[in-house]
Amino acid sequence: MKDRAELVIIGGGVVGLSLAYHLARLGMTDVAVLEQRFLCYGASGRNGGGVRQQWSTEDHIRLAKQSVKHFRRLAKETQYNIWFRQGGYLFLARDAETAAFLEKNAKLQNSYKIPTRVLPPSEAKRIVPDLNTDGIEVCAYNPTDGVLFPWPALWGMAKYVSKRGVEINTYTQVLGLDIQGGRINAVVTNKGRIATRRVVNAAGAWSSQIARMAGLELPNKPYRHEILVSEPLKPFLDPMVSDLKTGTYFSQTMRGEILGGISDPLEPSSMYTGSSFRFLARMCASMSKIMPRLAGVKVLRQWAGYYDETPDGQPVLGQVGEVDGFVQMNGFGGHGFMLAPAIGEITAKWLLRKSDHEVFCKYNLDRFSKGEIQKETFVIG
Amino acid sequence: MGAKTLVCRCEDVSLLDLEEAYKEGFRDMESLKRYTGYATGFCQGKGCQAHVARFLSQKSGGDDKVTNPTRTRPLLHPTPVAMFARAGEPELIDVTRLEADTQKPQTGEDAE
Repeated sequence: MKDRAELVIIGGGVVGLSLAYHLARLGMTDVAVLEQRFLCYGASGRNGGGVRQQWSTEDHIRLAKQSVKHFRRLAKETQYNIWFRQGGYLFLARDAETAAFLEKNAKLQNSYKIPTRVLPPSEAKRIVPDLNTDGIEVCAYNPTDGVLFPWPALWGMAKYVSKRGVEINTYTQVLGLDIQGGRINAVVTNKGRIATRRVVNAAGAWSSQIARMAGLELPNKPYRHEILVSEPLKPFLDPMVSDLKTGTYFSQTMRGEILGGISDPLEPSSMYTGSSFRFLARMCASMSKIMPRLAGVKVLRQWAGYYDETPDGQPVLGQVGEVDGFVQMNGFGGHGFMLAPAIGEITAKWLLRKSDHEVFCKYNLDRFSKGEIQKETFVIG
Repeated sequence: MGAKTLVCRCEDVSLLDLEEAYKEGFRDMESLKRYTGYATGFCQGKGCQAHVARFLSQKSGGDDKVTNPTRTRPLLHPTPVAMFARAGEPELIDVTRLEADTQKPQTGEDAE
């Protein structure tokens, strides 16, 4: 491991690697990425790979749109097939309030040229013939949303940056930050010390623990989210289907599996990633109600990962707190993967002082003390 | 055994695939699984995990840190959605009292 770097990124997940990737594209490669275990260990290797542009805030819509552009060319640039398939997202509303929510969001998304349409159930059935439309008021469908396979996306970015001189250190745990006079001197790890002036905290579920090493309290809390995967089937399901009443979502991967999860309003914050029978039962009941044909499909495996959640469903970004050079890129909840390409690009340009961006004001931590919160309410899973 | 020897029948991973992944730097059970896809198919590792452990053991000269198995998760056997859909709403187990990440895989250079 090198003993000095221009920038140290804590976290080898999609957020940290996306930053390293965009920095490398801009010519900055004196960067060390520290991953506590192996690549794909955290939420970046455990998520459902959904990439949607249907959001309720302008920022998320714009960032997601920018990310889709990146995902479309990521395979070519990294020479790794990330299995990105734009089969759309179909959201189901079961009451008038949710229907109005989808209508309002669709208008906002349309103003950013996202082609979302609100459809009656009969039209949704043309897109998903096996959909049980009982009790569905309307659906919102955007054909340019999609799904990808998270693992090769990470491998691709990791290889791209490694080839250009970025050092990715796996099984490297951060033990502390050496801070003097309000400035960062070094990062202390189980493999030694790296002298640096700038550190990015992209540690996902562990970001609050890392921040505490600099005396910074983040409002982020980790929550377990479970997910399951079925046996592979012949392709028959184009979009990701999501029921907003239960927070259920599922899609068919490029490998043919049905993969999805469900919200559990009772789930407390924890660092536990065991599997529960409760999830299995609730998810299976919900998915077979939405699409009765799935009742006969066999489940292969269930697993769990974390959402690194903030009180308003939006990330913490930029220079936060008293320590100069300590930058946050965390709190992405369940949508870190889909926003990472855009956030990585914006943050890379900001770090290199090529361009500023309003997200570094808006998503600073002081929004909670100033009360300037614009809550993202379109959150599932 | 030749390069085309199948290690994982579900996901069609050959010995050559393992060799190439190893060269790329994927040198423990968890990383190899994610890179090659072994143990992600119908058998969930029941048929292939031992072969991969043997491969890594030979490569590392018997280092048991790199051959610890990947995390075991439900289901034991592929089971239809309908079987679980009838189970109602099982009670929530208080996970906050459980130790964080109890089944942490012991791989790679953890002991350092």
